[in-house]
Amino acid sequence: MALSVRELCKAYAHLLAVDHVSFDVGRGEIVGLLGPNGAGKTTIINSVLDVLTPTSGSIRIAGVEVARERSRALARTNFAAVYATLPGNLTVAENLRFFGLIYGVHGLTQRIEALLRQFALGALRDTKCGVLSSGELTRVSLAKSVLNHPQLLLLDEPTASLDPSAARELRAGIRQLARQGNCGVLWTSHNMYEVEEICDRVLFLSHGRILLEGDPRALPHQHGAPNLEELFIQLAREPLAQRAGALA
Amino acid sequence: MKLRPIAAIVLRQWYLMRGSPVRVLPLFSWVAIDIVLWGFITRYLNSVSASGINFTAVMLGAVLMWDLFGRVMQGVTTGFLEDVWSRNFLNLFASPLTTSEYVTGLVIASIAGSVIGLAVMLALAVPVFGLSFIALGSHLLMFLGVLFGFGVALGVLASAMVLRLGPASEWLVWPIPALLSPFCGVFYPLAVLPAWMRAVAYALPPSYVFEGMRALLFGRPFAAAPLVWAALLTGADIVLAGWCFVGVYRFAVRSGLLARYSAETVS
Repeated sequence: MALSVRELCKAYAHLLAVDHVSFDVGRGEIVGLLGPNGAGKTTIINSVLDVLTPTSGSIRIAGVEVARERSRALARTNFAAVYATLPGNLTVAENLRFFGLIYGVHGLTQRIEALLRQFALGALRDTKCGVLSSGELTRVSLAKSVLNHPQLLLLDEPTASLDPSAARELRAGIRQLARQGNCGVLWTSHNMYEVEEICDRVLFLSHGRILLEGDPRALPHQHGAPNLEELFIQLAREPLAQRAGALA
Repeated sequence: MKLRPIAAIVLRQWYLMRGSPVRVLPLFSWVAIDIVLWGFITRYLNSVSASGINFTAVMLGAVLMWDLFGRVMQGVTTGFLEDVWSRNFLNLFASPLTTSEYVTGLVIASIAGSVIGLAVMLALAVPVFGLSFIALGSHLLMFLGVLFGFGVALGVLASAMVLRLGPASEWLVWPIPALLSPFCGVFYPLAVLPAWMRAVAYALPPSYVFEGMRALLFGRPFAAAPLVWAALLTGADIVLAGWCFVGVYRFAVRSGLLARYSAETVS
């Protein structure tokens, strides 16, 4: 397994942000983590990345428990998120070298060159990230996120600032990476078209709990919705108790 | 601790310097201004005083040493603030980088920058104003070690404070050296301080350095024991500051502060 989450809980003083969530992401599998704002998606991602300590539960990345062997576990993963841009005062190449050293990437110079080519960043290598367009910055973040050949890749709305053409290319690239690199991908997005296209499986999250799980192309029909977006809206609006009751 | 992540933090500071001459300027500018200002003040005092005291060695030397301490402290804090300003915490702390590797990288980068600053200070103060540390002999290394160490401890502690209280609290960091200087007896002996200030001074390692410097420069007997005590105190301060940083970091991870670190966070 690329990722194994068991009985994950995160409680704040007056809020249960994540409530006994368990799921797996297999090698080469792309899993969509869906849900309305505040459903607990980012809390789960932050817990996996160990920037947020869960109240209880366990997280294993490629078989390594995060709570016990943090550095070893995090060396096997990487992430890109719209809210975690790379330092704008470093150039593209400097950022890749900086994070490459942190992740202990071997053959770093060659790896950086390969990524600059793969993500069409060669012309921008000496440009400071702070002056890049949002699309270019997304490409740099993605290049950083695959620097260390991760076994688990966490992508939080990776195409949010990309035009449709660039987003399609990115999805193709991630699918190829997942298949060829045997890398599990946990993908969050509010774009249901995109989710249907790329995800092998989706988890619908609401109020910190998983409500539904399955194939994004089959789920709408199974639950009487015309498409994934309509199903999402229904789930987001419907009180958790009703849905849970209906499912029971 | 692994070397490559530490090297990454040091390299990042080098990239920042290389990429922006504006960051290089403060390494030299304030130091140069201080040296010139105090150089002329002490030259004037030497010309009008019949006390026989060499004000250049006593006061300009003290300014230079105090600047060095402030530079080390601010070097550590500024390195940390670079990650605050560029909102880089998630990228850094969601990686295999450990807090000890991170802090060690900041300290090494700060000491490297401070050594460059020290070289510039000496290059200006020695030939232009005739500053000489020969009277301090081998004790100079010990004095420098204590000041470097205490600068590191305060820099780490200040970084912990910014992590806990949020980026806006950086304004509490900059005045710290100025707040401590009256207690440390940079320009006067601790004997002139009232009892309560002297009690604070004895808890601050730099006060032993400046007392020792004055003793050597005035040709008085030099007691090594207080300086050894200062070194031990500095070591304890470094350990305490590191413990504090790790404690704040763990709190920030547990409470969610790190994940939603923003401009006015105090929770």
